[in-house]
This record gives sequence, C-alpha cells and structure tokens, in this order.
Amino acid sequence: MHCGVYGPGNASLGQNLGVNAIELGGLRRDYGERTALDGVGLELAAGESLVVLGPNGAGKTTLLRILATLLRPSGGEAVVLGCSLPDEAWKLRGRIGYLGHEPLLYRDLSGRENLRFHAKLHGAGGAPAEARIEALLAATGMERRADERVAELSAGMRQRLAICRCVLHEPELLLLDEPDSNLDAEGRELARALIGPGVGRTRVVVTHDPDRHLSEADQVLRLGIGEAAAVS
Amino acid sequence: MTPSRVAFAAILAKDLRSELRTLQSLPAMALFAVTTFVVFRFGLDRTSLSGSLASGVLWATLLFAAVLGINRLFVAEREEGGFDAIRLAPIDRSVLFAAKAAALLVYLLALEAITVPIFALFFLDSAAGLAPLVAVLLLADLGLAATGTLISSMAVNSRARDLLVPLVLLPLVVPLMIAATGASEPLLALGGPAYDRFGTWLLVLGLYDLIFALVGYAVFDFLLED
Repeated sequence: MHCGVYGPGNASLGQNLGVNAIELGGLRRDYGERTALDGVGLELAAGESLVVLGPNGAGKTTLLRILATLLRPSGGEAVVLGCSLPDEAWKLRGRIGYLGHEPLLYRDLSGRENLRFHAKLHGAGGAPAEARIEALLAATGMERRADERVAELSAGMRQRLAICRCVLHEPELLLLDEPDSNLDAEGRELARALIGPGVGRTRVVVTHDPDRHLSEADQVLRLGIGEAAAVS
Repeated sequence: MTPSRVAFAAILAKDLRSELRTLQSLPAMALFAVTTFVVFRFGLDRTSLSGSLASGVLWATLLFAAVLGINRLFVAEREEGGFDAIRLAPIDRSVLFAAKAAALLVYLLALEAITVPIFALFFLDSAAGLAPLVAVLLLADLGLAATGTLISSMAVNSRARDLLVPLVLLPLVVPLMIAATGASEPLLALGGPAYDRFGTWLLVLGLYDLIFALVGYAVFDFLLED
C-alpha cells in the first residue's frame, strides 16, 4: 500500500525522499486559462510544520487540495509521503488528515453519527473506534453536544467536530486550512492539543493569522498573485 | 484499503438514515405519483384501465416520480462535502456508485409499495396481474437505479442540475421503459394476466440492467476526479 519509506533515518526514494514528507518541484495548477499556482517548490521533512501565507486568491487552498489528492496538478512534481502525485494518489488516501473550509460533515446526522461514518470509511469499527470517537469528543469539549444534528450546532462547534474527523484515523500528514476559523479561545487551545505542532505529525497550515502560527513553523511558504513562491 | 462491503454498508446506512430523518425525497416522489394517478383518473374519465393504457399510465408516473429522487441523490455529497470525504478515504470509489444505486433502489421500491396498490385501487378491475408485475418492477428499478445514479453524479456539479437530469436521463431510459411497458401490458390485460413475450421483455430488462450497472461501475471513478 505505502508508496515508499520515508521518515528520519530512511533513504529509499530519490535523493532526499528518505527524510522528506513532502517534495514539490515547479508545481503548477491551472483553472482553464487562469493559473492559480505556479512554480511552487519546497522540501518538508517528516514531523515538520509548514505555514503557507498569502493574500486571497494566491493559491493556498489549491496547494492544500493538491497535497490532499483532491486536485490534480497541471504541471510540475509532487511527492507526498513517498507517493508521486497524481499517479499514486490512491495509495495516500487514509494517511492524510484534511481540514478544509467545509467541515465535511452531514448536517442531518449528529456529530457522533458523522464520526462513526468516517471511522467506517477508514476501516475502523467496533469498540476501538467508539473509544477513539469518545476520546476525541472529550478532547474537543463536544461530548455533551455530540448527539445533536450538525445543522443545529454553531460554526465553532462544527469546526471542533471537523477537527475530530480530521484526526480520527490518526493520519501521518495534517493539511489544515485556517484551522482556527470560528473557534473561540478555549476551542483554539483544545484544538492545539490535537492538531498543534506538538502532535508529532507533519503539518501544512494555511493561515491568514501569521502572528499565531509563524512561531510554530519550521518553514514558511509565501504565495503571491503573479509572483514566484518564496520559501523561508 | 477499507473492505468494500464495509464502505458500502456505511454509505447506504448513512443515506437511509438521512432520508428517514429528513424525508426529502420519498414523500415528494409518492405525492407526485398519487397526484398524477388522480389527474389521469379524472382526465381520462375512466374508472378502469387495462393493457397498454394501464401500463403506460403506471410507467410514465413511476418514471417521472423517480426523476425527483434522482435529482436529489447526490445533493448532500455536493453541498456537505461528502465527495471530498469519500475521495480522502481509502476506499474503492465505485463503492459510492453501488451504495447510491442501492439507496435509490430502496426509494423506488418504497415508492412502488405505496403507489402501486393505489394504482390498482384507482384503475384495475383485478389484482391478479400484480404478483408477476413485481418481477417487472424490480428489474426496471434496477435499471433506473443504475442509470439514475450515473446521470445524477454527472449532473450534480452543474447549476442546471434539475434540467440536466431529465434531459440526459429520459432518452437513456427509453429502451428500459419500452421493455417495462411491454412486459407489463399483458399482465394488466382485461380478463387477467397473460404472458405473451413476458420472458423476452424480462431478458431485455435484465440486459439493460447489466449494461448500465457495468458502465456505471467502470466510469464512476473518473467522474469523481476534479
């Protein structure tokens, strides 16, 4: 299933792939005649955090969706967790935790039902899955509201459930698009324990709040409109 | 990879639970069918129908009622991120096609459980043809479920979804409807069911089901690509 070995101490794919969770070279994505992303290149080691900054329309979400295998790149190279995109995208599924603008939760189901559904899609069921779901609900302060329909919850509570969904299957790579959106101060602290820099997973964080996230970044990618991407 | 039967059961159970909770599709389909029967009853000014007319009234009504359900089949996946969730999961994407087709099949069977007895009450002198009609309904439903799921998944990303589904679906199901009405006509004949060419029509229905199930299963993965 796995595309290759990666992680500290391994060197089986390419020159640097042994230590890199993500390698991008000249990555491009077009929507018709409009180029949303052009010439993005970087190497991110396993366990590191990358913070992606840029104005609206710079291609931040596009980049995240390409890494999540939800969009095909139009050009360039992308290797994620040892898998070359888009050819080996199917091998990556289940290894990525994606937190996008939409919570990916069904509004007519309760939070707990949604998490059970996602656990089953990821091959988890029975007592271990139930225990994991309860632990995540407790960790996000959602255990008392978990049986309410998602449609009845506030945006912040939906975001807490979305964070539970994102990490439910214990992914190796976290792709987080504005992870703090709609969260209050307590919610941000609770979320930090699940998706923050201390969780030991490779993270790519798209944010408009550099003050909060830059301090936890190992690398920063600045995307501009009509400008070359810059890594620092 | 998650076993396909686990993913299939999860998606089907999710869809049925949502429908039971919200009643977004089935009541509209049933209400449309019953209203159409009432219109036919008074429009034709007949208390009894048989043969080709009875068969035509039944299948025209069921087909257009089915379109209502087909239109809504993927709306939750589109509007609530279900497509992304499924594309992120380690499952064979064709499982989504199979589960959605199974959900649509359940809706159609439930629709017919409600409306066919009403049809018989409104139009038939004898209920003797209803038992063999079940086989025709089941085979036609399988074809409608396979074709409807395929077309619905293609149309859901369009703002003109409500227009696209009937525009593409209806020509595709013409062979299915010809076979379904052809098989139903002798069953609803005046004086009791007959079985002229019944087996041939069932074979045509079965062949249609097989072709569209295979086509749907084969191309669905590509339809989910961006």
